[in-house]
Amino acid sequence: MQCKKDEMVFGIKRAMPIVMGYIPVGFALGVMAADAGLSPLQMGLMSLLVYAGSAQFIAVDLLGSGVSAVPIIITTFLVNLRHFLFSASLAPHFRQIKQSFIPIISFFLTDESFAVSITDAEERPLTHVYYFSLYITAYSSWVFSTIIGAALGNLIPDTKALGFDFALPGMFLALLCMQLKNAKFVLIALISGFLSIFFMYTIPGNWNVILATIIAAMIGVFISHEN
Amino acid sequence: MKIDLNYIYLVLAMGLVTYLPRMLPATLLSKQKIPEVFVKFLSFVPTAVLSALLFPGVLTVENKLNIGISNPLFVAAVLTFPLAYKTKNMFATVLLGMGIVILHNIFV
Repeated sequence: MQCKKDEMVFGIKRAMPIVMGYIPVGFALGVMAADAGLSPLQMGLMSLLVYAGSAQFIAVDLLGSGVSAVPIIITTFLVNLRHFLFSASLAPHFRQIKQSFIPIISFFLTDESFAVSITDAEERPLTHVYYFSLYITAYSSWVFSTIIGAALGNLIPDTKALGFDFALPGMFLALLCMQLKNAKFVLIALISGFLSIFFMYTIPGNWNVILATIIAAMIGVFISHEN
Repeated sequence: MKIDLNYIYLVLAMGLVTYLPRMLPATLLSKQKIPEVFVKFLSFVPTAVLSALLFPGVLTVENKLNIGISNPLFVAAVLTFPLAYKTKNMFATVLLGMGIVILHNIFV
């Protein structure tokens, strides 16, 4: 029992930087949704069922400009396609947990929850208790902050002055540092980072992260074979 | 509060197309052996994803490249890097960086 409790506390603790990042971003999305004419209930429903930051921003923007359902659904699919890489990367680590939990746990995969859990999974085997604690803590903070943002609208103070916009980049930075095991990984990190910026300017439609990741990881495979 | 049925169908569809790529690889691949080359590929994915998310976040401001002292997130990332690299502590990195951003907003 103690062990389960420890895993839960660990999962919740690891979610804290994600929560700090999600709350201001969730507020911002909620405010934007209210401007686009969505009610807090509609906002909450979208966050509950979709749970994907950038796709929701785009969807709210498209809804606000009166775009019809099919293009919104297609855009959501394309923007969220990168999750299949996260899902595939976690698959070997999911071998240790009960198979019937996998379809439930994988619902909660986001950039942030993936980044934290893959780092922890590479350290040691993790139980479903850890995944549920980490993922549901992050998920709840997202759902609630978007609803509050939509309900309170412009009453939300400017969180930028308080430095909250560094929460997610700061977390990514620390997690990236944990990945830099040798020069090969440093090189892949630099290639992927600059490719991501390059694609951001050259290819419209949020393809930069997925393209940069695939190309950089393929280069990683090639340079591993050279040695 | 009334919710339009069309809106419910819309978010259900958005949820489904988001859920499938999240769920299918984990569910299918966790049961079988993954080819060696794909395992190698996946070993680089966390590094590549983190970098692909981090770089645009701290090197651009409102979609414009800004690698300089006027960009608070860039300054915070550079200054917290030694701490992040040495301690690998997410929370300390985030808190120090937020402090730097606050100071930057006040003084720069």
